[in-house]
Amino acid sequence: MSPSLRLYLPGDAAAVSVGADEIADCLHTEAKKRGLNIELVRTGTRGMLWLEPLLEVDIGGERYAFGPMLPEHVPALFDDAFSNAHDCALGPLEDLDWMRGQTRWLYRRCGQTDPLNLDEYKANGGLDGLTKALASSSDDVIETVTKSGLRGRGGAGFPAGIKWKTAAGIDADQKYICCNADEGDSGTFADRILMEGDPSLIIEGMVIAGLAVGATKGLVYIRSEYPAAIATMKRAIEIWREAGLLGDDVMGSGRSFDMDVRRGAGSYVCGEESAMLESLEGKRGQVRAKPPIPAFEGLFGKPTIINNVLTLASVPDILARGGEAYAAVGTGRSLGTQAFQLAGNIKCGGLIEAPFGVTLRELIEDFGGGTLSGRPLRAVQVGGPLGAYIPADQLDLVMDYEAFAAAGAMLGHGGIVVFDDTVDMARQAEFAMEFCVEESCGKCTPCRIGSVRGAETIAKIRKGENVGDNIALVEDLCTTMTDGSLCAMGGLTPMPVMSALKYFREDFETKTAPAAEEVAG
Amino acid sequence: MAHSKTSAIEAACARHNHRADALIEILHDVQHAQGCIDDEAARVIADKLNLSRADVQGVRSFYTDFIAEARRKTPVKICRAEACQAVGSDKLAAALETAGHDLETIFCLGNCALGPAVMVEDRLIGRATAERVAAQMERTK
Repeated sequence: MSPSLRLYLPGDAAAVSVGADEIADCLHTEAKKRGLNIELVRTGTRGMLWLEPLLEVDIGGERYAFGPMLPEHVPALFDDAFSNAHDCALGPLEDLDWMRGQTRWLYRRCGQTDPLNLDEYKANGGLDGLTKALASSSDDVIETVTKSGLRGRGGAGFPAGIKWKTAAGIDADQKYICCNADEGDSGTFADRILMEGDPSLIIEGMVIAGLAVGATKGLVYIRSEYPAAIATMKRAIEIWREAGLLGDDVMGSGRSFDMDVRRGAGSYVCGEESAMLESLEGKRGQVRAKPPIPAFEGLFGKPTIINNVLTLASVPDILARGGEAYAAVGTGRSLGTQAFQLAGNIKCGGLIEAPFGVTLRELIEDFGGGTLSGRPLRAVQVGGPLGAYIPADQLDLVMDYEAFAAAGAMLGHGGIVVFDDTVDMARQAEFAMEFCVEESCGKCTPCRIGSVRGAETIAKIRKGENVGDNIALVEDLCTTMTDGSLCAMGGLTPMPVMSALKYFREDFETKTAPAAEEVAG
Repeated sequence: MAHSKTSAIEAACARHNHRADALIEILHDVQHAQGCIDDEAARVIADKLNLSRADVQGVRSFYTDFIAEARRKTPVKICRAEACQAVGSDKLAAALETAGHDLETIFCLGNCALGPAVMVEDRLIGRATAERVAAQMERTK
């Protein structure tokens, strides 16, 4: 039998959704037919989702990429001995423009290794941060995180070091670390890709957070729409426990930290931190009034750190690299790298890790290659369903928290949803209100009632009823929702609505929208 | 029959040590086992967790994952959020409805670069078409 051939294929949910499992079956069948010995490693995704299923073959220690693969492409791979002559051959993976254009810190292992192989994790820099944390004082760890400039990646952008310092300074018999993996924004999948592709990194970040603030228990709240991520995270936690990295004696340090996964149940608002706490306590996911902030009184009334997946996962690298080194990339007060996600009507969609400061245009045109339909781009929604719609002439906007805020928009969790010129922006504004009707927790009136009235009024505008008066009414309502809602759900729903009104007013004033009827598939 | 149903619910409660904060996990387990959380199940859970029936039913009704009555056939979960709207999820939904599927609207399946996204049971379908969904429904039968 010939020497074993090493192949890598993502087991990521997105790759599987376009046939990665079928490719795996075909590879095994074809190899068997030819009496070849192959070793197929299922990895996370590299983030080049438009190339999925993306197969990588180890040739002389270098990874060569083939994609997007269809079952009928498999026999020719073996016929050509995995040469560059194959229809799907892309050349060496690291030479692809998409890979070279990134600064892959957070996702550097994603796609490279078996996500559940702890030895591979250690061999590729895993546990370096935790080892350093165990050898340092809590104050030093928090100081390093503060110096790195790390801000909450969930969307609010609050400095992580300050949050940690607050919780660390409180005396309590129990504190908690909660990892917010309720990634509900349309256009975002960075948390999911990391949970499926490098779960250990998230666990390591949580353990470090626990050691730093004096918390011994952690919970990861994962939305139920992510069954694969839930399974991978659960298994990874077991592996860590078996290896003595979780439990009463973390890495033989005598210090204690353990954690579990909790599932969401289809509620968008549970991504809001106080609603998430209610949900973690087994209750309806209704938001809490603040103060007190969770760092003082969080889960079960105890001091609690709630950070997004990417915030926590950034920490091991920050410790290993040093706070200053992390802060050396980025722009202004937005430091380090961010996972940008290209979605919607985009030719080359996927995940791009790049320093803050990159422009929307670079992401959409250079990485994304423009719209999938080939039609002109008309609008881009950044930051999820509560983010602003940005018109095509503003694509030079810099990806930076403050630059976005100044433009009346929001960077959020880094999701970018592209629409072509067939979009009816009055319909998108109506949807923003309808989404709030569906997902409002019902606790405060501006959100619960305002969204219903907003959806009704925009529907009237779309039918051409008293357009001028009704637009004024919607604008007035949006002010009430912005100023009077308890949380970002009602408070930010006006953002997509008002931006649509501001930049795409013609869609509201001409009530029939003929373009929407002739959408090319 | 009724007895074995009750014991499955009791087992789910016991598996989570009868903790009230694990109510959502318990509801997931029960729904997975019997397809819904009917009033009888809610009563047993309330009893075992020392909660009021209103507490349990309040949680059940808040979360869209939980239903009080079992579905007659496997639903096609289709994402109707912005990223999938941008690539024609509304048209796909209409086609799936015409084809006789039971649709369930989901807001985001995390497959936003490969929309429209559909999920059948736990199986995610990217770049979904009516044909690919039908093929997957065939396989789940």
